[in-house]
Amino acid sequence: MLAGKIMAEAAMQEGRYVTWLPAYGPEVRGGTAFCMVIISDSEIGSPYIGEADTLIILNGLSFQKFKCRVKKNGLIIANSSFDLEDDPQNARVLRYPFTDLALKQGNIKVANMIALGSYLGQKGTVATKTIFETIRRMAPAGKKELIKINKQAFMQGLRLA
Amino acid sequence: MKKIFSHPRSLRKVTTHYCPGCGHGIAHRLISEVVDELGIREKTIGVAPVGCAVVAYDYWDFDCSEAAHGRALAVATAIKRVKPKTIVFTYQGDGDLAAIGTNETIHAANRGENLTVIFINNAVYGMTGGQMAPTTLVGQKTATTPKGREVKGQGYPLKISEMLKVLPGVKYLERVSLHSPQEILKAKAAIKQAFLNQIQGKGFSLVEIISPCPTYWGMSPRQSLNWIKEVMLKEFPLGRIK
Amino acid sequence: MINNLKRVLMTGNEAIAEGAIQAGCGFYAGYPITPQNELIAYMAAHLADSGGVFIQAESELAAINMVFGASACGVRAMTSSSSPGISLKQEGISYIAGAQLPAVIVNVMRGGPGLGNIWPSQADYFQATRGGGHGDYRSIVLAPSTVQECYECMPLAFSLADQYRMPAIILSDGMLGQMMEPVLMRSHKPLAISHKPKWALGNSKGRSPNVAKSFYLREGDLEKVNLLLQKKYKTIEAKEQRYQGQYLDDAKVVLVAYGTMARIIKSITHKLRGQGKKVGLLRPITLWPFPVQAFERLALGKMAKKFLVVEMSAGQMLEDVKLVINGRSAVGFLGRLGGGMPSEEEIIKNITSLL
Repeated sequence: MLAGKIMAEAAMQEGRYVTWLPAYGPEVRGGTAFCMVIISDSEIGSPYIGEADTLIILNGLSFQKFKCRVKKNGLIIANSSFDLEDDPQNARVLRYPFTDLALKQGNIKVANMIALGSYLGQKGTVATKTIFETIRRMAPAGKKELIKINKQAFMQGLRLA
Repeated sequence: MKKIFSHPRSLRKVTTHYCPGCGHGIAHRLISEVVDELGIREKTIGVAPVGCAVVAYDYWDFDCSEAAHGRALAVATAIKRVKPKTIVFTYQGDGDLAAIGTNETIHAANRGENLTVIFINNAVYGMTGGQMAPTTLVGQKTATTPKGREVKGQGYPLKISEMLKVLPGVKYLERVSLHSPQEILKAKAAIKQAFLNQIQGKGFSLVEIISPCPTYWGMSPRQSLNWIKEVMLKEFPLGRIK
Repeated sequence: MINNLKRVLMTGNEAIAEGAIQAGCGFYAGYPITPQNELIAYMAAHLADSGGVFIQAESELAAINMVFGASACGVRAMTSSSSPGISLKQEGISYIAGAQLPAVIVNVMRGGPGLGNIWPSQADYFQATRGGGHGDYRSIVLAPSTVQECYECMPLAFSLADQYRMPAIILSDGMLGQMMEPVLMRSHKPLAISHKPKWALGNSKGRSPNVAKSFYLREGDLEKVNLLLQKKYKTIEAKEQRYQGQYLDDAKVVLVAYGTMARIIKSITHKLRGQGKKVGLLRPITLWPFPVQAFERLALGKMAKKFLVVEMSAGQMLEDVKLVINGRSAVGFLGRLGGGMPSEEEIIKNITSLL
């Protein structure tokens, strides 16, 4: 959810049209949380995505649930720290152990930032500079140490690509 | 010569629609006298209920608001919060305050809203034609308890004032009655205290007034005063509750 | 000017709340319900900063009646909820209409009937545009379709409510409420507005007492009040119709949609125009008053047109379109129910069959 927000926010800063749509209600905790982000050069109609260009999937249950919702020849970036089902056909799948990498960095919570980095390393949708500015702006006051941790994680993801 | 009795400034010189022997007229007057004595008429806002006193604003000579049935304390809460310098009171019957509006009563009390509540308990619904109220006594006959209120299925008289006692937000609770001149004077003193509490910012104050309804008790006015004293007060004892 | 504006990524619910604060909202009372919880939370966090009063009410009933009380004091007052909660508020909305008080009510619609579900829906159109509670009354109904419009419709809703002394309803939905989009917003610090209209309760020094009420027991009085209300509604019907048109001049098929549905149709219309298909969009912004003037112009135009109404309902706005078209053109319908949303393919298929 946060990685999606950072990407949407950064794309907005670059002057693009963006929408961000969360899953809401009872499935926010414990279930499979997800968000849908659209970045476009023209006005966006539906913020809902039937089939995505790219799926960034951080756990096994979500992989099972969402792996078929990618466009033909689309990209899936998946967290191989979890047991994952077989890859779907007609999609390019990249598997990285985001949770293990995050634990090595000393903070399990940054797995999403490593994943975001690996995605942008592939697609370059938004400039790294803008992502860094966004991380800085979104960090809560009094928790500025988070900026460095998240930037590091993002850079590691970028290098995976 | 000293003038010792006159028509209160806060009470319009009009004839009310109340039945002979009804307690509402007395209660309206007591409030008007208190408002005059405290010199707060121009900043007082009354919130009228749905029930027999629905047009109380036709009798009081200060600003008033109506409220949907049971919602007087929601309306009053908002008025007091947006206009903290005004003196806001609700005037509610047993149906309005203790049945359809119980939720608003409990939560306004629990928030400790700095309001004054005048609660008229006559153990019956008057406006709609004498049906059972939450405060109707066991055995009391009404239009919807033709054989008398039965505990099985209809429960006991609801003692909302006693229920409110446990809430820390409530600062003042007193039960008074209108069945004799002495009691009416005590009722006025309690009403005055409840308004003073608000002026001093002390918080939620409620005065429960036991009031006669000869029409739907099926009694003469005199009998109804006697019934309060002999029967009703056994269920609803007078005095300071908190 | 540009220094005065900033771009912020926010949800539709937050944009409505921020728009209300910018509009000088001085009072908010509400009760949590999905999918509008971001709105009440935003109000809890920010309304007091501009001098407004926030109350988390004990129920929807308490909330709408608190709005009655605050509004009776001349303060810009609002509440928000989602479908089941809005049903609970109907009695209070009727009182507000009857007492001729201004108020803003936000409905972030979800699937119904009953507890339904929490997904986006447009099935409360009848309830909003036909009054909803008891009695002969109307509410002004505005339907934003982007998060930017969620922000911008609030000052308009408050000023229309004030001008006509009546409830104004914002019809949003779960999708619009939950989604984030950039909002270009004014960054000056707003202040809660407390008008001192002559009817407001408060300090009564030097005037006769005011009473906020909707109760008229004397024979004939209530009819007079009703006739006054109807006169007001006629004025609004004549003066306050709002809509947005796209490619209407030469469209063979005119799509009619509002809110979330309209933004989806808008992008489809662009796409089909790119393929040379003569499709247009008529998007009502005011659902009441319904923009009949725009439809009249189209119906009287030389082009032979067909209409396709697309809604997340069983066909509620459809009735208003049929009423104004009155048999002069074909009016088709596409709708999904209970939290479902027509897909792009479905919509395009329906349009193509009409071309």
